[in-house]
Amino acid sequence: MQTIYLLIVLAPLLGAVLAGVFGRQLDRTAAHWVTSLGVGISCLLSLYVFKHIVIDGAASFNGTVYTWMISDGVHFEIGFLIDKLSAMMMVVVSFVSLMVHIYTIGYMRDDPGYKRFFSYISLFTFAMLMLVMSNNFMQLFFGWEAVGLISYLLIGFWYKKETAIYANLKAFLVNRVGDFGFLLGIAAVLMYFGTLDYAQVFSNASILNDQTIDIIGGQSWSVATLICILLFIGAMGKSAQVPLHVWLPDSMEGPTPISALIHAATMVTAGIFMVARMSPLFELSETALTFVMVIGATTALFMGLLGLVQNDIKRVIAYSTLSQLGYMTVALGASAYAAGIFHLMTHAFFKALLFLAAGSVIIAMHHEQDMRKMGGLRKYMPITWFTSLMGSLALIGTPGFSGFFSKDSIIEAVGQSSLPGSTYAYVAVVLSVFVTALYTFRMYFLVFHGKERMDEHTRAHLRESPLVVTLPLIGLAIPSVVIGYFFVGSMAFGHFFGDAIFVLPQHDVLAKLSHEYHGPGAMMLHSILTLPFWLALSGVVTAWYLYIKRTDIPETLCRRWSFVYHIMLDKFGFDRFNEIFFAGGGRVLGKILWKVGDVFLIDMLVVNGSAYTMGWFSGMMRRIQTGYLYTYAFAMIIGLMALLAIFVL
Amino acid sequence: MFADWPLLSLVIWTPILGGLAVLSANSESQKTVARRLALLFSILTFVLTIPLYTAFDTSTAAMQFVEGPIAWIPRFNIYYNLGVDGIAMPLILLTSFMTVLVVLAGWEVIKERVAQYMAAFLIMEGLMIGVFASLDAALFYVFWEAMLIPMFLIIGIWGGPRRVYATMKFFIYTFFGSVFMLVALLYLHFQTGSFLIADFQNYPMGMTPQLLIFLAFLIAFAVKVPMWPVHTWLPDAHVEAPTGGSVILAAIMLKLGAYGFLRFSLPITPDASQELDWLMISLSLIAVVYVGFVALAQEDMKKLIAYSSIAHMGFVTLGFFIAWRIFDNTGGLEGAVMGIEGGIVQMVSHGFISGAMFLCVGVMYDRMHSRQISDYGGVVNTMPIFAAFMVLFSMANTGLPGTSGFVGEFMVILSSFKANFWFAFLAATTLILGAAYTLWMVKRVIFGDVANERVAALEDINKREFLILGILAVAVLLLGLWPAPLLQVMEATVNNLLHHMMQSKL
Repeated sequence: MQTIYLLIVLAPLLGAVLAGVFGRQLDRTAAHWVTSLGVGISCLLSLYVFKHIVIDGAASFNGTVYTWMISDGVHFEIGFLIDKLSAMMMVVVSFVSLMVHIYTIGYMRDDPGYKRFFSYISLFTFAMLMLVMSNNFMQLFFGWEAVGLISYLLIGFWYKKETAIYANLKAFLVNRVGDFGFLLGIAAVLMYFGTLDYAQVFSNASILNDQTIDIIGGQSWSVATLICILLFIGAMGKSAQVPLHVWLPDSMEGPTPISALIHAATMVTAGIFMVARMSPLFELSETALTFVMVIGATTALFMGLLGLVQNDIKRVIAYSTLSQLGYMTVALGASAYAAGIFHLMTHAFFKALLFLAAGSVIIAMHHEQDMRKMGGLRKYMPITWFTSLMGSLALIGTPGFSGFFSKDSIIEAVGQSSLPGSTYAYVAVVLSVFVTALYTFRMYFLVFHGKERMDEHTRAHLRESPLVVTLPLIGLAIPSVVIGYFFVGSMAFGHFFGDAIFVLPQHDVLAKLSHEYHGPGAMMLHSILTLPFWLALSGVVTAWYLYIKRTDIPETLCRRWSFVYHIMLDKFGFDRFNEIFFAGGGRVLGKILWKVGDVFLIDMLVVNGSAYTMGWFSGMMRRIQTGYLYTYAFAMIIGLMALLAIFVL
Repeated sequence: MFADWPLLSLVIWTPILGGLAVLSANSESQKTVARRLALLFSILTFVLTIPLYTAFDTSTAAMQFVEGPIAWIPRFNIYYNLGVDGIAMPLILLTSFMTVLVVLAGWEVIKERVAQYMAAFLIMEGLMIGVFASLDAALFYVFWEAMLIPMFLIIGIWGGPRRVYATMKFFIYTFFGSVFMLVALLYLHFQTGSFLIADFQNYPMGMTPQLLIFLAFLIAFAVKVPMWPVHTWLPDAHVEAPTGGSVILAAIMLKLGAYGFLRFSLPITPDASQELDWLMISLSLIAVVYVGFVALAQEDMKKLIAYSSIAHMGFVTLGFFIAWRIFDNTGGLEGAVMGIEGGIVQMVSHGFISGAMFLCVGVMYDRMHSRQISDYGGVVNTMPIFAAFMVLFSMANTGLPGTSGFVGEFMVILSSFKANFWFAFLAATTLILGAAYTLWMVKRVIFGDVANERVAALEDINKREFLILGILAVAVLLLGLWPAPLLQVMEATVNNLLHHMMQSKL
C-alpha cells in the first residue's frame, strides 16, 4: 500500500514540476494534460484507498517514508498515517482539485500564465495531500506552510495588480501570525512528549493531566490548555477565524479557480482538520474547547453579517466561507469533531461549486464581479443557474441537501454542549442560519433573477460557458445535493472515523444525539418543526422580498441605518486597525529603533563619538609637542617643582 | 585512500598559492587567464574538501585528518597543528563551495584589477579554512587576523562610494575585538605553557579568570557574528562591498564568530558561560526582535539583508547558550544538543541563503546600479526566471519548511521552549518579522507593474548567473528536505562539546 500512498502525493508533484520547470518545453495543452493526469491518478487512487480503509475496513496505515533528521535522540520523520479521517480528506482534496483542474482549462484559457497556474495548483494538491496524510506534527507544519506559500503565489498570480500583491502579502503575514502560535504549540508538544509522532503523542496524551507551566509571574497554566490554544492559533490563521480572518476576503484577488480550491474547499479547512486530528489533546482541556467554540461562534455570526453588504459576488461567497468555517469551529469546540469534519466535506463540495459557478458568471460578464450590474442571468446560463441554485440550497441547509445534514448536526450538537459559552454559541449559530439564507439568496436573486442591469454590449455577448467549465459544475453539484443523505448516519452519528477521532464520554454530544437519530428521512421531517428551518425559510423570503419584490427597500434601510451599515462596510474596523496598529506601528517602530538606536546612539555617540574623541584628544596632545626647546625646558622645570613640592610638603 | 594525505594543508595552501599564481596574471591582456585560473583553483580546492566529508568518521568526536604538531615557533610552544571535527568540517566545505560561486559571480562584473580581485578571494579562502582547521591557538590567531587583510582590500578597492568609511569601520571594529582575544590567548598560554586549544579546554580555572577570559572572547566574537550592539559595522560594510565581498562576508566571515564561541568560549570557560548565559540569551533575542524591526525600516536592499543576517545569527547564539537554562527548567539536558546543532545548521543554511540573497541583489545592481528598493518594481515582468529564484531564496530567508532556512530556526525554537516559554516566544517572532521585511521587499521590488523605463529595459539572467543561483537553489532545497546527513556529521562532536560545557572547571 505504501507505494500507492507515495503515488498519490508524487503524481501531482511530478505534474507540477513538469509544467513549472519544463514549462518552456511543453505547450499549453501538454501542461494541462500532465497536471490534470497527475491529479486524476491521485483522485482515483484516493478513491481506492477510501474503499480499502473505510468500506472494506482495513486497518489504518502508519509508516515512515524517510528520516528527515535525528537530533538529540528525536527522530523527525516524513511519513503517512492513513486512517478513515485522512482517507476521507484525500478524496475531498483530490476530487475538488481534479474538478478545478478541468475547470481551469476553460477559465484561464487566454491567460499568459496558463502553465504557471497549472503548476501551482498541482503543487498545491501535493502539499495539501502531504498535510492530510502526515503522521507527525512536523510534516503537518511542512504541508501547512507549503499550502500557505502556494496560496501566496496564487493570490498574487496577477502580479501586476497592486491589490493582488497587497492581498498576498497580507495573507502570508496573517497566516504567519497563526503559524507563530502553531510552531510554539509544536515545541510544547515536543517538550512534554519527547516526540512529534501522532501515535505516540496521542496514546500518551493523558500525561498532560494536572501538569502546569508558569507563563507570567507565578500564574500557572494547565499545559494541555496551553498546547491546545497555541495549536488552535495556528488553525485560526489558516482557517480564518476572528481576528485572523482578515486575509480571506482579500484573497479573492486571485483567480476564481483557486478561490474555490484553496480558499473555500481545502486549504482553509486545514485548521479544522488539524483540530479534529488533535482531538485526543483538545479533549483534555475544557478551557481550550470553550475558547475554540466562542471564536467559532463569533466568526460564524459576525462574518456572515458582513456578507450582507458586499456587492462583489466573490466577496459574498468569501464571507460565507468565513461564516461556514465558524460553524465547523463551533462543532470542534463542542467536541462534535465528526460533525465539524462532516460539514467540512459537504462545504467543500457546495462551496467549490458556488465559487466555480461565480467564475462562470464572471466569464460571461466579461470579468465584471459587481452584482449590481448583473441580474436575470438564469435564461442565458441554464446550467450555471441550476447548479448555483443547488449549491445555494445546500448552503442554507435546505432539508435533504448535503449542507442541511451537516449544519443541523452541528446546531444540535452545540445545543447539547454543556461547556461555558455554549449558550452564546448556540444563539450565534442559530441566528446565522437566517443570515446565511439572506445573503445567499440575496446573491442568487441579484445574479440570476430580476432586472437585467448589465450594459447592452455585455448582454449581447451573454452565453453559457463551455463544457470544460460546466462539467465540473455538474460534477460538484451531484455530491452537493446527495452526499449528506448518504453519510449523515455514519459520519455524524455513527462510528465512521473510528479511532481517528477521540472524544471523552462526558463530552460526547454526538453520541447523545445518536439515540434520537432515526435515519436521514426522519431527520428531515423532524427539522421542519425546528427553528433553523423557519429561519432559513424566512431568510429566503426576505431576500426575495428585498431584492425582487421591493428593490427600493435595501437602499432605504442603508440610509436609515447608515451607522450600522458603515460599520459593516468597514468590516468592523479590523482592517483599519491592523493597517494602523500593526503594519504602521511596525514600520514606525522599525524606523525609530533604526534611527535612534542604531544610527544615533550606537553609531553617532559610541562609534563615531569615540573616534571623534580620540581625534580631539590626539589633537590636543599634538599641540603640546611644539618642537621648541624652551617649551620642554619650561615643562621640565614646572614638573620638577611640582615633584619637589609633593616630597617636601 | 585519503588517510595519509595532508588534506587540510592542501585545502589551506592550494587557494593561497593559487591566489599568488593568479596575481602573476595581472596585465590588461591576461584578464581571461586570471579568471580561468581562479576558477580552476577554487574548483580544485572544493574537490579537495570533498574527501573531508566522504572519509569523515561520524562516530567519534576526536579531531580527524590531524596534521602535526610540527614545531613552528618552538620557543613559545607554537605548533603548526591542524585537524577538524564535526563542527569545523561542514564549515570548511561551505567555505570552499561558496568561493567557487563567488569567483563565478565576479566573472564579467569585475573589469578592473581582475587578477587582484580573484587572488584576494582565493587567499581569503585559504585563510578562512585555516581558521576552521587550526588546533593551535596562535596559528588560529594568525589566520584570524590575516583574513582581515584581503577583505579590507576587497571592500576598499572594489567597493562603493563610501568604501573608505566602511572599511575603516569594519577593520577597527574587528581589530578592536581581536585584541581582547589575543590578551585572553596569551593569558591562557602563560597559565598552561601551551598554545594548544585542547590544553586550554582541559585547564581548570577559577570563576574570576573565567569571567575575564569569557568577556575578552565575547568582545572578539560578538563583533564578528555580529551581535547587538556591536553590529553596526555590518550594514555599512555590506552596502559598500562588491557582491562577492558581501557574499563571503555574510556566508563565511560571520560564521567565524559563532565558531569561536563553540571552539573557545563554551569549552574553555564553561562556568563563566553559564554565569553569563542570561547576557548571551538576551543579546540573541534582541538581535531577533530589535534587528527584525530595524530591517523592516530599510530602504536599501543590501542593508535590509544585512540586518536580516544579524537577526538570523541571533538564532545561532541563542541555540549555543540555551543548555544551562534547559537544565534549570527541566532538570535534564534533553534539548540542549538540539539547540547547539540547530545553531550550527543555521550557520550553514545562512551561508547559502544570505549568499544567495546578496547574489540576487548583485544581479540587479549590475543592471541598474541601484540598491534602493524604491528604484525597482515589477522586475518579474522583465526577469521572470530571476524572479523565481529571488522568491525562492526570500522564502528560504523567511524560514519556509522545505528550505534550509527552516531547519535551524525550527530546532532552536524547539530547544529554547524547553528553557523558557518566553525565549521561544520571542525567537518565534521571526516567523512574522522575517516574513514581513523579506516579503515586503519582494513585493516592492519583484511584483507589481513595471515601475520605470530602466526596469522595462532589464534583461533576464544569463547562463552564468543561472548556474550560480541554480546551484544555490539546489543546496537550499537539499538541506531543507534532508538535513539528516549534516546532523549525522556533527552529532558526536556536539555531544562531546555539551559534555565539556557541563563539567565545571572550578
